[in-house]
Amino acid sequence: MIVSLALILLAQLLGEAVAHASGAPVPGPVIGAALMFGFLLIRDRYRSIATAILPRPLVEGGLETTAKGLLAHLSLMFVPAGVGIVGRLDVLTANGLALAIVLIVSVVLTLSATALTLAAVSRIVRPPEDSP
Amino acid sequence: MSGDFALWVYLSRTPLLWLTVTLVAYTIADRFSEATGRQPLANPVLHAIWMTGLVLQLTGTPYQTYFEGAQFVHFLLGPATVALALPLYERRGIVRRALLPMLAALVVGCITALTSAIVLGRALGLSHEIIVAIAPKSVTTGVAMGIVETLGGDPTLAAVLVMLTGAAGAIIVTPLFNLLRIRDLRARGFAAGLAAHGLGTARAFQVSETAGTFAGIAMGLNAFLTAMLVPVMLGLVR
Repeated sequence: MIVSLALILLAQLLGEAVAHASGAPVPGPVIGAALMFGFLLIRDRYRSIATAILPRPLVEGGLETTAKGLLAHLSLMFVPAGVGIVGRLDVLTANGLALAIVLIVSVVLTLSATALTLAAVSRIVRPPEDSP
Repeated sequence: MSGDFALWVYLSRTPLLWLTVTLVAYTIADRFSEATGRQPLANPVLHAIWMTGLVLQLTGTPYQTYFEGAQFVHFLLGPATVALALPLYERRGIVRRALLPMLAALVVGCITALTSAIVLGRALGLSHEIIVAIAPKSVTTGVAMGIVETLGGDPTLAAVLVMLTGAAGAIIVTPLFNLLRIRDLRARGFAAGLAAHGLGTARAFQVSETAGTFAGIAMGLNAFLTAMLVPVMLGLVR
């Protein structure tokens, strides 16, 4: 688990470094995820070399278990940022109704437009019988 | 009596207390969500937030003090984002087949999110400061705060609006798509991640790993596109 966490943190660290150095508007952890994806591709392409040199957890499923453990508790990680709401109750109560309408209507429109576009375009691109 | 007070003063300043409060509130909220069969309205984040917020209000604790403890949990958001690469890798086959539909949905969804927020906000008479903060509401907190800061807006307000959007999205997504009869888990997940960033992604993972994977991709892509489009869109309505 420690080895897997170390690799995840390393990917994030490199991602942050790339994001900072390039000034691109992409968050460091997203670049880190891309790097991790690259690592997995290379690991499985050269499976025998990877098994010989990498620590066991990185090739025998430990990394997968750690990552899924983190993702299973993704909700928890939003609590601290969300609690920040207590400091902004003034703005929220002053504009409460308008803000609620904007947020809810916009979310409903965005969800519908996105899902309908994805479904419609995948129907055009491939015949419906072999879509999963 | 003064002994109790001294103990409180000591504990309320250590990270331990607020970390514990956060985890206990989340555990209660998550258990409740589980007991209701993951009902959208029993969203664990939403209920953990108000319970923790209530404790802070009742004890008169400033947010900074709270965050010193809660930052350990907050920190894990970065590693969790990196961890999204693993389900993505395992499903790279179905992701590759859906590349074109995803890009189309990304562009349509991102523009819908921005225009609807800006146009509605103006129509309802919100101040320009609030409109700047509400425009990037569908992207993940860190990115939204960065965008708003560059534009001279209020990053804290942006973070709060992002969280509210995420909570609204996570609650609405399942009933809305049942109503619209959209059963494609890829479309449902992708839309949840695009409209409601990490909270939508967390919700999608509760439903299925395929939906969660597509939500994670949408969240990453939308952060990138929104960061580029917000200044343009705000310039158009000025």
